[in-house]
Amino acid sequence: MFQLDEEQRLILQSVQEIVQKEIKPRATVLDETGEFPWDAVRIFAKNDILNPLLPQTYGGVEVSTHTFCMIVEEIAKACASSALLLIAQAEGTLPIVYGADEFLKEKYLKRLAGDSQILIGLGAIEPTANSSLFSLPTRAERHGNAYILHGDRCFFKNGSVADFLVLYAYTDSSKGIHDLSAFIIEKGITGYVIKRDEDRMGMRGSIYSEISLENLVVPGENLVVQGGEVFSNILKTLSASRLFTAAQAIGVAQGAMEEALSYARRRVQFGKTLSHHAPIQCMIAEMATGIESARLLTYQAAFLFDQEEWKKAGTHTAMAKVIASDTAMKVTTDAVQIMGGYGYMKDYPVERMMRDAKLTQIHTGTNQIMRLIIGRDLAGIS
Amino acid sequence: MFDQTSFLPTKELKMFKDRIQQVARDKIAPQAPWVDEKEFFNHEMESLLWDHGLLTLTFPERHGGYGKGQTIALCIAVEEIAKVCASSALLLIIQAVGSFPIIHGGSNKLKRKYLPQMSEGRKLVAYLVTEPTAGSDISGIQATAVREGNEYILNGSKCFATSGGVAGIYSVLAKTSEGNGSSSFFLVERESPGLLIGRTESKLGQRGSNTTEVFLENVRVPAENLLGREGDGFLIAMKDFDMSRPAIAAQALGIAEGAFGALIQFIKEKHSFAKPIADHPVIQAILADSAILIEASRGLAYRAAILNDEGKNSTKFASMAKCFAGDAAMKITTDTLDAIQVLSGYGFLKDSQVERMFRDAKLTQIFEGTNQIQRLVIARQILKESM
Repeated sequence: MFQLDEEQRLILQSVQEIVQKEIKPRATVLDETGEFPWDAVRIFAKNDILNPLLPQTYGGVEVSTHTFCMIVEEIAKACASSALLLIAQAEGTLPIVYGADEFLKEKYLKRLAGDSQILIGLGAIEPTANSSLFSLPTRAERHGNAYILHGDRCFFKNGSVADFLVLYAYTDSSKGIHDLSAFIIEKGITGYVIKRDEDRMGMRGSIYSEISLENLVVPGENLVVQGGEVFSNILKTLSASRLFTAAQAIGVAQGAMEEALSYARRRVQFGKTLSHHAPIQCMIAEMATGIESARLLTYQAAFLFDQEEWKKAGTHTAMAKVIASDTAMKVTTDAVQIMGGYGYMKDYPVERMMRDAKLTQIHTGTNQIMRLIIGRDLAGIS
Repeated sequence: MFDQTSFLPTKELKMFKDRIQQVARDKIAPQAPWVDEKEFFNHEMESLLWDHGLLTLTFPERHGGYGKGQTIALCIAVEEIAKVCASSALLLIIQAVGSFPIIHGGSNKLKRKYLPQMSEGRKLVAYLVTEPTAGSDISGIQATAVREGNEYILNGSKCFATSGGVAGIYSVLAKTSEGNGSSSFFLVERESPGLLIGRTESKLGQRGSNTTEVFLENVRVPAENLLGREGDGFLIAMKDFDMSRPAIAAQALGIAEGAFGALIQFIKEKHSFAKPIADHPVIQAILADSAILIEASRGLAYRAAILNDEGKNSTKFASMAKCFAGDAAMKITTDTLDAIQVLSGYGFLKDSQVERMFRDAKLTQIFEGTNQIQRLVIARQILKESM
């Protein structure tokens, strides 16, 4: 079912080479310094893989969702932060692809083509349990031909570095989810106040910024979508980012398992290598079984995405996200465990992978919320 | 919230617990975030622990020991401190572990010389057993001690030594002959020529503790520094585990309780202005599962400690406690991070103490014998009992 075609094989091969040569050697320092992966931006842009989902009409490569997942996975094997860069780009692109008119598409999507190093992002906050599914802190008021946006304590991926962002806001909160609108806002616009970049435990080579919107004026033409269509726009976008998170988690898990395996083959205790000890073999078997099943579910969800079976895809991406990120957490924790004292030290990459894995259980909607979504979908509760 | 005291056999222990709890809250908690952030061994904290007699708990009474019930006292102190700072709690554990071979193997003459130095002179002890190629497999050590006249000459490389760079005294395991029953412990002073401190390790968690390499290059020690008889090394190390594993369990328990407390605090704060999130089934499931694991960990840890204090065979319970509490702490801190994130979106951020606890918890599954080794120990003990 998931046999690679020639094009996919070639793309993955070239991604693999770039990752081995350029991304992997930088992963440790990136984590240590907690800086944004500017090198990765340059390298991915040069090799035309910063925005692989960009439609051909606007100068992109336009790979399938499935291929994109495999690219993310490949990068995440070595560096989850660099993989997150691609996910943030995709999250900024998709709402425009799904919803914007030709004018906006021409204006913004074309800027992402070729070796462009334009950075983008999505200004939607993840759903929380104590409120309705979409508790966006942002509000928009119409004033003539423009909108004025307000919002405190917004946390945006790439918030302080993005050249432009797609932002969801309520135009009339009394109508709830059915009066959301999406806007494009550009860097440097008055009222877009960057409070600080957050210090984080994992995926430290990426940026989450606290932003506040203070009387931010957006021209009416930058309205991407509103009314009835916005609901499906945000659902598709959030589903996509969950799917990519699943792919990222699988990459992190695979990377950690490979490190642990190579260590287990070298390390001798009680007269034989760790790989000859039954408890270690069981742990490795659990790791591989988890990864393979998560990978299949993720590819299945990607396939549904490519078939535009949105409803089924939504449930499947939530399932893929849960199994892939829980597997990543378990696999990375066990990889540290197999490597013992060495695994706990910063000299080896598995402790970083363990910290990175934790974010995959959390971002794009916690796994607790994912379970609620799956349960409600299956029970037919909207 | 948890009734810790109903387990405790004496009123003194209950009072002891209250005293430590207050010190931990007032003095230790405030420094926990920055010793983690800066990877800093805090000598002021060390002084505080000396002041309260917490670095000599397992010593003979006249040298500052707790006396009867010292393993459970150690566990209680470790637990209370680990609730706010696992790194500080680790200092108590390693002090007990490192001094064990001296207290239980050293001659009276040696103890008269060194115990006052350690207790009144406030010297930290490090335990030099692990080597680059010998972790869980202690019998694989390569370090050697060769007798020459009235001295032994020690050579070897030790790694992952907690307090390695800050200790004044070292308990060193080295081979005194080839074959089984071949290793022995020695007391080595920091100032001994040939004892070199290697690099300080950078770690995922418990970053306020000091972990270094230590090298021994033709280090000469008087023959009287042999702890126990030649070949007693393995046996002493095993007995040491009966005390240290419940203590690690107590550390894991403390970390788990710290995370649990943070979650409760969080729910209370959020409660005032949102709809009652405490009613949410997702949160309730995490609370319930965590509380079960905490109570079960406590049962095992205290039981193993009390058995050891009573002089009974506690090896199986020590391993069970360490294994269970370590795994529980990992699960609880992982789930708590999720829960806080579900509620607010901040759990993952550095501001939260829980992310430190999550990193700290991982070590409890690894040191003093990985949890995989604990399972082997437990199975062997069960098989031995049933034969």
